[in-house]
Amino acid sequence: MTLQMAQAVTRAEVEDFLFHEAALLDEWKLDEWQTLLADDATYLIPPNDDLDGDYRKSLFIIADDRERIRQRIIRVLDPNCHAEHPKSRTQRIVGNLRLLGQEDDITIVAANFICYRYRRYERVGQYVGNYRYRLQRHEGSFLIKEKRVFIQANELGQLGSVSIIL
Amino acid sequence: MPRSYVIDDPEKGVFLLDREVHVSEEVLREEMRKIFAKCWIYVGHGSELKKPGDFLTRRVAGRPVIFVRDQKGEVQCHFNTCRHRGALVCADRAGNARRFFCVYHGWIYGNDGKLNRVPGDEAYTAAFDKEELALKKPAKFENYRDFWFMSLDPEIVPLEEYLGRTTEYLDLVIDQSPSNQMEILPGTQEYDVGANWKLMVENSVDDYHLPSTHATWLNFMANSGVKVEPPKEKGLVLPTKGYAVDLENGHFTTDNVNFRGRPVAKWISLYGDAAKGEIEEIRKELVERLGEERATRVADTNRNLVIFPNLVINDGSSVTVRTFYPEGVGRMHVTAWALGPVEETENARARRLDAFLTFYGPGGFATPDDVEALELVQQGLANWSDDRWSEMSRGMGREGEQLNSDEHHLRIFWRHWNAMMGAEA
Repeated sequence: MTLQMAQAVTRAEVEDFLFHEAALLDEWKLDEWQTLLADDATYLIPPNDDLDGDYRKSLFIIADDRERIRQRIIRVLDPNCHAEHPKSRTQRIVGNLRLLGQEDDITIVAANFICYRYRRYERVGQYVGNYRYRLQRHEGSFLIKEKRVFIQANELGQLGSVSIIL
Repeated sequence: MPRSYVIDDPEKGVFLLDREVHVSEEVLREEMRKIFAKCWIYVGHGSELKKPGDFLTRRVAGRPVIFVRDQKGEVQCHFNTCRHRGALVCADRAGNARRFFCVYHGWIYGNDGKLNRVPGDEAYTAAFDKEELALKKPAKFENYRDFWFMSLDPEIVPLEEYLGRTTEYLDLVIDQSPSNQMEILPGTQEYDVGANWKLMVENSVDDYHLPSTHATWLNFMANSGVKVEPPKEKGLVLPTKGYAVDLENGHFTTDNVNFRGRPVAKWISLYGDAAKGEIEEIRKELVERLGEERATRVADTNRNLVIFPNLVINDGSSVTVRTFYPEGVGRMHVTAWALGPVEETENARARRLDAFLTFYGPGGFATPDDVEALELVQQGLANWSDDRWSEMSRGMGREGEQLNSDEHHLRIFWRHWNAMMGAEA
């Protein structure tokens, strides 16, 4: 019991982890961000009209396995990635964090987010939505097994490209 | 003499486009009358409406419509506008309904569009005829092999005549399916682009831009073991030869020897070794059904087809159906779907979707850079009045077959567009 208590995941711990992740993404420290990922991590953004869909059956916006994430980061850090050159400036707020459940060493977490994206001529994009994470206990912190991003917009249209990591 | 927006001088080999076409409010207003109200415009695919009552609400050529399969199983297209005071009668994006109910005063229409019920209809005189008050429809609504189009022009030629030679290319796409049935897959991609809609027409078929705009995609392919060799033949931009084909009536396509893999049916290392056998099976079925020559055509060539004015079918790394519509002069709304054979296995379907995302869509490895390129154009065009002409003469002196990496097909679009804008309407 004492041992279980010691290992129980707290919201504060998860918040620390997600706030750190958000800072790395805002600062474009994407190689460092990758160290937060499990070897089999997935990064998923379902389409707005099929939020509960399965990426093997439904056309997602992003459905990356670990290798595709690695390639995505090589791409966005390349100066020839025109959509992110010069880099967008982003600012995210992560909140309303809830621990939804525990499956062995995996904690299921929901959080809300707002991400503002600034491009030249002060064009501002606002991505508003929620995250669902599967976080694995790892050396006193966590690894991301799955990051699923639900964008809460009736139409994704006005957001344009999703060339940053949400 | 109507005004011309192009300088078209085949003798000198010069083709210039007046940049006003991308920035002028007046041009956009004219396009609404002379282009969007005078063409066949894509509404949707019959596979999106599986059962009677299935409906989708869309804006097509700026018009809110209900694309619906009625109780008899007929595909219909109604204006989403109440005959009473004009409110939308359906606010849902998609669903299944026998009736559409106007929340304002409670008028109720069947999914066939007929006006079924008017609360308190005893207050009207004998002149009030419910039969006459069915939901209005676009003047014309027809399909070619389940691709449904509408037209606001009652005088327009039948759809099949309008599509002309594009049907050869639609047939080639549909030939991927053993039962000749393709379906739109669940999940819609939508992305606005801060650029004039006609720039998307150009971009969708312009193979000249691939090496520069999509350098990171080529790099990704190389990292995934798909070596894209530099062109061996002089004058080529892409590794394999490809053509630009005039399909008349303002339609055109690229027609390329594939170098980037195809879920039907050309394996590349990106798909993984496990997929090899299955792709061989798909290929075998194609050969048995269609013969060697046609199977090779389906599997080893790819095409980006433009059906004038705003439908693009990219039959490349996957199949995308893409349409776009102006939201003002410097902005467009793009909608894209994935298309696949209905009988595809679960693994083949997953591979198709994955291949789609390697290139296309707002989170793809190529489309965001296209979006950026078009936005750079639109922003640069703020200087249009002092730097007036876009240079589009590439390949103009070329005799015979035209290359996909030239601008022959772009000129086809602009000549047709210019002629339609010059006509009275």
